[in-house]
Amino acid sequence: MTAATQPAGLVADHLRCERGGRLLFADLCFAVAPGGALLLTGPNGAGKTSLMRVLSGLLPARAGRILWQGRDTVEEPGPWRRALAWLGHDNAIKPQLSVAENLAFWSRLGASGHSVPEALEETGIGHLADLPAAMLSAGQRRRLALARLALTRGGCWLMDEPTVTLDSASLARLGTMIARHRADGGIAVIASHDALDLPGAQALDLGALDTARA
Amino acid sequence: MNAFLAIIGRDLRLATRRGGEAALTLGFFVVAITLFPFGVGPEPELLGRIAAGIIWVTALLAATVSFDRLFRADMEDGTLELLALAPLPLELAVLAKAIAHWLLTGLAVTLLAPVMGLMLNLPEAAYGPLVAGLLLGTPALSLLGGIGAALVLGARRGGALVGLLVLPLFLPVLIFGISAVEATLIGLPLAPHLLILGALLAVALPVGVFGSAAALRLALE
Amino acid sequence: MPNFLHSLASPARFQRIANAVLPWVSVLAAVLLGVGIVWGLVFSPPDYQQGDTVRVMYIHVPAAWMATFCYAVMALLSASFLIWKHQLADLAARAASPIGACFTAIALITGALWGKPTWGTWWVWDARLTSVLVLFFLYLGHMALSAAFDDRERGGRAAAILACVGAINLPIIKYSVEWWNTLHQGASVFRMDGPTIDNSMLWPLLLTVLGFNMLFVVLLLVRIKSELLARRIEVLQRARASGRG
Repeated sequence: MTAATQPAGLVADHLRCERGGRLLFADLCFAVAPGGALLLTGPNGAGKTSLMRVLSGLLPARAGRILWQGRDTVEEPGPWRRALAWLGHDNAIKPQLSVAENLAFWSRLGASGHSVPEALEETGIGHLADLPAAMLSAGQRRRLALARLALTRGGCWLMDEPTVTLDSASLARLGTMIARHRADGGIAVIASHDALDLPGAQALDLGALDTARA
Repeated sequence: MNAFLAIIGRDLRLATRRGGEAALTLGFFVVAITLFPFGVGPEPELLGRIAAGIIWVTALLAATVSFDRLFRADMEDGTLELLALAPLPLELAVLAKAIAHWLLTGLAVTLLAPVMGLMLNLPEAAYGPLVAGLLLGTPALSLLGGIGAALVLGARRGGALVGLLVLPLFLPVLIFGISAVEATLIGLPLAPHLLILGALLAVALPVGVFGSAAALRLALE
Repeated sequence: MPNFLHSLASPARFQRIANAVLPWVSVLAAVLLGVGIVWGLVFSPPDYQQGDTVRVMYIHVPAAWMATFCYAVMALLSASFLIWKHQLADLAARAASPIGACFTAIALITGALWGKPTWGTWWVWDARLTSVLVLFFLYLGHMALSAAFDDRERGGRAAAILACVGAINLPIIKYSVEWWNTLHQGASVFRMDGPTIDNSMLWPLLLTVLGFNMLFVVLLLVRIKSELLARRIEVLQRARASGRG
């Protein structure tokens, strides 16, 4: 692709990933424009988490490039790191700190756009702000982890199984949150078992990829 | 800078909240030192002669037992992933964690060392060089130990392996920490020894920071 | 499958080269070591001070040299593995580690055997012996770390990082130990002043040093070959387990 037509947003260019000597995917290409969303599906072991980790930069791709706003995220990690908000399997919560303290730490570490109280309100745990995080239920912990993403405005959310342990009310709130993020011009890439209501989202089924051709 | 300070502040706050985790290292330091008079006998002359050595060696061992926890908690709850993906370079995050580790262990051991010196009949002239040496040497331990702590993150056995990996690397710090004390006791100038300890710290800084960050990236893959 | 063949392409080339080189190097190592050891132990003159004790030198000095040399080779291989991600460098570095540890152990044991008649005790905290001992610990750490991971590749990269860190620290450790030794002036240090050694001793020593180097090459090639075979077996077993074999 030429410099003139480099698209904004997130582009995966012929990605290839192997784990433990097994090929997960190869020549994987997609592009997500600002305001867009990508839903990754597929059976366990199809490589959803691996793809998320490759996109984030935690796991180097065996081949291919990832572009953010037209720039290679490996050669120029700065803009990508500032735009990226990562939600992994683990919630990265310190039980000894209060809910607000947990969030304030991530806000100081670079997530910016919304204040800590705003993010807590958006995920519906504002009333728990001064409680030690150790007191939270599993669902409340996941919402606290989501609040970390709600701190950011714009940018790219990479969410690996965001719906785990969420009840139906929280699921609806998550849908609203993602819609707000996309309306702000943000991008969401979501790997999930659950059917999330994402209007206009692209879908990528990793289970249906033909890996034999590699 | 804000993010850098945030990591130091969070680690310090976690250590105080967790209640006694920092005290654990100090407790190990004190208990291990009190074993020596039982091992070699309580004669004040003998203890006084080997006091500086006892304190330094025990400080190395106390540092070693504290490394296993340095990155493990952050690895297990997913914090390390986020630190690696944050705009702050992982090398600086590692440095911040090493500084917090030193404040909680190395500095605390340094402050406690004169008290242990009293119990071991350390010669009066040795207090200054002992504390000065520990002050310069223990940050190097925190930096080099971080490499070991990061390397064993994905490994099947942690604790004892860290000791085998990092203790040989601590040898130069020990040698010059002790030689600072001994030089003072026989009337030689102290400054060269402290300068060498400073040089060792200057080497440990890049080696520790880049080595640990490389090992952490590997553990996160 | 082409992907798998691609990753095997250079190991296959290695196998070809190794198979061609191995017999020659083996014979060379055997001749050099045989001639050097017989010359050193039987025909070379005894030392005017140490008598026949000096003959330990023909094993001790090459072993001590190989101890350092192996670590240097291992560190270079590890660095190239980390930079260029070449699988063969990882294999070779991990194959070199136990060989180096063995040479180090031989240097320590022969050093102790030499020490008994020379110093009257098996072990003194002599600068050289102590440095070699620390080197032995570094080898042990490297071997323990590379074996401590379930994932082979992870263990290799962790060990490679450690080897590089160790290589940076090794000179510092060596000079610190020498400094520590001069400070304490404990044992009378036996000095092997290289240039003043008589030719009748230098030649057999040179032969055993060369012989040890060739032996290292032989052992390294054999270990890499067997490691490659072990991986092939693993791949075949995995293929059978997933029903594609």
